[in-house]
Amino acid sequence: MLELKHVSFTAKDEQNKDGGKEILHDVNLTVTERFVALTGPNGGGKSTLAKIIAGIYQPTSGQILFNGEDITSLSITERAKKGISFAFQQPVRFKGITVKDLLTIASDKKLSVSEACHYLSEVGLCAREYVNREVNASLSGGELKRIEIATILARGTALSVFDEPEAGIDLWSFNSLIKVFENLHQKINGSILIISHQERILNIADRIIVLADGRVTKTGGREILPELLSGSRPKTCAVLTGEGV
Amino acid sequence: MDAIERDLLQKVADLHDVPEGAYNIRENGQSVARSSTKNIEIVTKTEEGKPGIDIIIQPYTKNQSVHIPVILSKSGLKESVYNDFYIGEGADVLIIAGCGIHNCGNQNSEHSGIHTFHVGKNAKIKYVEKHYAQGEGTGEKIMNPTTEIYIDEGGSMEMETTQIKGVDSTKRITTAKLAKNASLVVKEKLYTHGKQTATTDFTVDLDGEGSSADLVSRSVAAENSHQAFTAVINGNNKCTGHSECDAIVMDNATVTALPALTANNVDAELIHEAAIGKIAGEQLIKLMSLGLDEAQAEEYIIQGFLK
Ligand SMILES: Nc1ncnc2c1ncn2[C@@H]1O[C@H](COP(=O)(O)OP(=O)(O)O)[C@@H](O)[C@H]1O
Ligand SMILES: [Mg+2]
Repeated sequence: MLELKHVSFTAKDEQNKDGGKEILHDVNLTVTERFVALTGPNGGGKSTLAKIIAGIYQPTSGQILFNGEDITSLSITERAKKGISFAFQQPVRFKGITVKDLLTIASDKKLSVSEACHYLSEVGLCAREYVNREVNASLSGGELKRIEIATILARGTALSVFDEPEAGIDLWSFNSLIKVFENLHQKINGSILIISHQERILNIADRIIVLADGRVTKTGGREILPELLSGSRPKTCAVLTGEGV
Repeated sequence: MDAIERDLLQKVADLHDVPEGAYNIRENGQSVARSSTKNIEIVTKTEEGKPGIDIIIQPYTKNQSVHIPVILSKSGLKESVYNDFYIGEGADVLIIAGCGIHNCGNQNSEHSGIHTFHVGKNAKIKYVEKHYAQGEGTGEKIMNPTTEIYIDEGGSMEMETTQIKGVDSTKRITTAKLAKNASLVVKEKLYTHGKQTATTDFTVDLDGEGSSADLVSRSVAAENSHQAFTAVINGNNKCTGHSECDAIVMDNATVTALPALTANNVDAELIHEAAIGKIAGEQLIKLMSLGLDEAQAEEYIIQGFLK
């Protein structure tokens, strides 16, 4: 359903017009399974890859296919309409826009209070207290993350991308979140690409992709998990570790 | 009253019909309908060169409202109107004012409303003011509201002032003097577009011990419009004062915010916040990723911001 072919991305450098840092190098991957987890060290390029899928960044080279169609040049809106949803690692705050407003936009129809509440309860929020609250600075980081997930549930599209959904969410809620992800597939009959460092999430994935230093370094089923967890820390800085000097 | 006038009345006062309680409807320079109640008396000013009304609210009047909308539907009308409110001790009332101009001619229409509030001891009022203009003519639609506020000991006033569309030029001046334990809250909402200009000037004197003021302005300046916001708060006693200007600029619009805080007493606590900038890119991206196009996302963000 989703296929990335030879995707590279160089971030523009304001000071040096020709230069810039290559963040993704020739990334090839497909998401056909129900549940794919993307993991890897901080700074490896996972969030950048998610933004490329959502259309927020344009790849410097390469191609993105969605259900066989080349969507590389499509805008964020067009991709959203084709069925791609993206939950941000850092959700955005709005003055004056309520939780119900966001859920209404996401579901693309008039939403009753009880329908809105349903999505909120799924992510463990006491719905009545939240439905009319503004999505502004008065919400905590964990609350915002859950509302972000609820909007993706409300969209129910063929592909949902979550960027570290577990961040800032307490352990108790995390357990029920796992169930939410497990159920989501059945409901939307689509795929989930989830960026995560959590063993529990990697454990329910049909496939795990490791992205390090802008490259896919490993991919496989759940069976690669023990190796990933026991493996040495990713080599981040040769000078510091004394390697290659 | 014709359809245009009825529409204006609805926009500025949410009125479909004659209101309940006391009211005075002014249309094209004349008072066309008026009603006083047992506790709220509306009388025409008699002073030469000072057209307008006195609104006298008896002490301890509760749960009553006063509507005083103004409508200008003739092109080229220019007027200054003086409305003085005397709110008796311990009263608790809602006052709804508003001005609607429909100008389809080529002459300027201009309304200057000078409203003075004498808020009595421990009285509590909510004052809602809406400004709106329409009409395809080349004549400008000008509104210059002046609000003078005097709040006696323990009294409080909440003022909501909104100008959403169509006013070409506006100069909004608000001054307030607060006695012991008096409080003032002002919420301003402003949207300008085209070549409109809007100037907002607040001057608040916190004279009494324990007095407080909170001035909050949210505005959007689009196209080639210009807004200037000045908030002067003088803390002359043990008091708290806060002003906030939160503006979104779009296109070629310009916004200036000038705060001025003066503490004339060591126990005066004064704060000013100002934030001016374009719509945050990440807000647009978020809404677009939920399926809105860029223009829809922009409209949604602005509507929420001014809600
Ligand atoms: N717009 C940008 N401009 C320059 N560098 C960026 C930009 N966005 C991300 N980076 C850099 O690219 C690398 C990958 O970042 P990111 O995709 O956020 O990694 P991850 O999500 O895997 O932690 C990091 O080194 C980060 O600093
Ligand atoms: Mg990241």
